[in-house]
Parts: sequence; structure tokens; C-alpha cells
Amino acid sequence: MNRKPYTFGRFRVSLLLSLLLSLSAPIRGETVNIAVAANFLSTAQQLVQAFSQSNSHNILISSGSSGKLFIQIKHGAPFHLFLSADTDRPKRLIEEGIALDDLKIYATGQLALWSKHYPGIEQGLEALDKNHVTRLAIANPKTAPYGAAAIEVLASREPAYDGVIVQGDNIAQTYQFAASGNVDAAFVALSQIKKLPQGYYWQVPHEIHTPLHQGAVILKAAQDNLTANAFYDFLSSHTAQQIIRQSGYLTF
Amino acid sequence: MTDAILLSLKLATLTTCVLLVIGIPLAWWLARSKSLFKDMISALVSMPLVLPPTVLGFYLLISLGPDSPLGQLSTTLLGSPLTFTFTGLVIGSVVFSLPFMVQPLRNTFESIGVRPLEVAATLRSSPLNTFIRVVLPMSRGGLLTGIVMSFVHTLGEFGVVLMIGGNIPGETKVLSIAIYDYVESLEWDKAHLIAAGMVAFSFIIILLLTLLERKSRRGLQR
Repeated sequence: MNRKPYTFGRFRVSLLLSLLLSLSAPIRGETVNIAVAANFLSTAQQLVQAFSQSNSHNILISSGSSGKLFIQIKHGAPFHLFLSADTDRPKRLIEEGIALDDLKIYATGQLALWSKHYPGIEQGLEALDKNHVTRLAIANPKTAPYGAAAIEVLASREPAYDGVIVQGDNIAQTYQFAASGNVDAAFVALSQIKKLPQGYYWQVPHEIHTPLHQGAVILKAAQDNLTANAFYDFLSSHTAQQIIRQSGYLTF
Repeated sequence: MTDAILLSLKLATLTTCVLLVIGIPLAWWLARSKSLFKDMISALVSMPLVLPPTVLGFYLLISLGPDSPLGQLSTTLLGSPLTFTFTGLVIGSVVFSLPFMVQPLRNTFESIGVRPLEVAATLRSSPLNTFIRVVLPMSRGGLLTGIVMSFVHTLGEFGVVLMIGGNIPGETKVLSIAIYDYVESLEWDKAHLIAAGMVAFSFIIILLLTLLERKSRRGLQR
């Protein structure tokens, strides 16, 4: 008998709540979804932290290989910003009208050859032979720019590396293969291993591979999202560039 | 692309053979035993049905890796751990497809009942002889289902391979990984080709299974 007004009352409460929530959304700062290439994940987290000190907002980071994120974005994944590991994919998003016409090189990646147990790796390419490095991991060169750069570096070696080359799905999995000891060495991003207490690495000179410029774009969906735009601008600020450099990237 | 297809077929064939060797005795024991452990083993065998493939992949990565006893044994014998090798994939696939072989077999074995075994025993047939000449022919349907299901299931495996495979052409780059790679690198024409091929192949297999099952049922009724 008295159930009906009760449910009606509850319905009214929920209506009121949702109204209140929708009203309070702009006050609390919008939610921003950022798609970040796997190599930049930890740096992006630091950047978000630094950015949060002056802004109230809610930034969510999703990371994966640039190739995977690109496809997700192409198919309408709800991202506002895309921090790729290359410049090709952001350019394609601009060409296809999915991103705004503004490409920012936010960092330039540095390639490193890392080994958990083999100190000789610091000698560079000469150390790469089957006796010391039975299995070498690189990121999938088709989808990860760091993998493509690793292939270029390997191609410059005379004679060719004679061990087994294992491919990680992205730079994060490639590092995991080496860190878990499943492979002897891996071509990874300097940013991944710079602060590690253990292991040995050789920083690959820039001259022997195409520069790893990393581009960021704002996606059309975020055109009016103030927080997204603010974070995009923040990427080229002095504070951000310092964090990016400390993480093991080059900046301009 | 043909490399990936051939590799997948090789993996599925080998996995199915290994599963026959392991699965038949295991299913027989599960169907016949009155042991206390029966339910526990049965639950363990069914686990891969409900576990995410990445969980299996994760544990395989650890248990076949260089720090594990298995990995160390393999390093001594073969010079490298089992991760990122074809052998490693076979081990993973066997675990992953085990329930697909054991369940149909167990059901068939159970449906035979004790009567045919008793009759054979009174005719002085040894247990092994009975199994080979009475049980197995009577379990044709279950065997076929087990073989086909394990085979197809292994063909479609992805999560496990992604974690312990390492995408090595001719060694661990199987069909599902090839599709994934083609999609990610925007070579969609190739992805379409393999994907459509898989759809057609799966449909034909399931259709054939249904037809065969009907036929064998009629055969039993006669």
C-alpha cells in the first residue's frame, strides 16, 4: 500500500542527486583521459602529479603500445589526449580529422641496451654475441618505435647478431622479459632503466638510429575540455620539461 | 603468413597428440575411480575453463623461466629456458586445452557403464584388451569431440602465447598473434584474410562434428 510513494520518493532523491552531481561536475574540474605510450607511463604519472598541485581535476592514464592506442582512438576510444611514442601516428590522427591540428614534440626518447646480470653489455654492440646474450628482446618493430630503432641499431652491427631475437608486445613487456631473466638483454627506453638499482646498460648513440621524437595531440573530443588543454600546454612548461629530462629523455 | 598458419597447425596437432596420451588415462580414472581425490583432481582439470588465459600465462612465465627448476633443467639440457620456445607453447597449450580433451572423454566413459566391462571380463578379456577393443570403439564420439575441441581451442589460443611466446617468426608467432600484429600495424587486408579463414574453418569443423555425432548416434541405435 505505502510502497508506491516510497519508491517515488527514492526516485526523486536519485534524480536530485544526479542533478547535483551534474551541476558540481564543472566545479570539480573535468575528467581527462590520457592515452600514453608504454615507455612514457611513469614519467606521465609524475607529470600528472606535478600538474595536480596547481589544478584540481581528475586525470586518468591508460598506457599501451602506440599502435594499440592509435587503433583504439581511431575506433572512438574516449581519450582526450594522445602521447605517442612517435610522430607518425599523431600525424595520421590529424590527417583523419580525429585530432586537432597541433602536434607537439614533448620528448625525444633515448634507446638503451640493458642487461640484468651481464656487465659486458656496457661495451655496447661488440658485447652482443650468442655466448653472452643467448636471447635478446626488442619491442615489436611494427608497432613500437623503440623496436624499429633497435632493428636499425642491430642492422649496423657487423657481423649480424647470431642469437635468438624475442619480441615484446611493447616496450614495457620487453623490459619485463629481461627483468624476469627470461632473456639476457633487451633494447629498452633509457627512461625505464635509468633509476634502477641493479643491472647494466649501454646508452645507444643517437647517430645510429632515426630519432625517437614523441608527439602529443589533443583529440577532437577534448576541444572544449579546459583541463585537457591546460595539461597539453603544461607539457612544454619549464617544470614539465625538467621532469621529462630527469626521466631520461631529451627535450628542446 | 603461411608460416604462422603452419606453425599453428603444428602446435595444435602436437598438443592434441600429447593430450590424447595424458587425457585418456586421466579421463578413465576420473570416470571409474572412487578415490577421495577424484573431485579435487576433477576440479583442477577444469580450472583452465574458468581461469583467464593471462593467469595461466603469468604462472607459466614464472614456472618455465630461468629461475625455476624446470627452466634450469631446460637450460642445462637445451641451453635456454622454455619460455619463448615452441616446446614452451606446447606445454602451455596442453594445460590450457586439458579440459577440452578430458571432459568429453570422461562423459563417454561414464555413459558406457560397467556392464560391457563385466561381459568382456567373463569372456576372459584382460582389462587392457577390454579397454582397447571394447571401451575405445564405444567411445568414438567422445574421442572425436575431444580431439576436435582441443585442436580448435589450441588454434585460437592468444593470451598464453602473448605472455610466453615472444612473437618469434616460425617458432612462436602463431595465427592469433599474426592477426593481432596485422591489426596493430594496420595491415587489415591480411588480418581480414586470416580472420575470415578462421571463421569459415571453425564453422565447417562444428558442422562436421554435429553431422558425425548424429551419424554415430544412429549407428549405436542400430
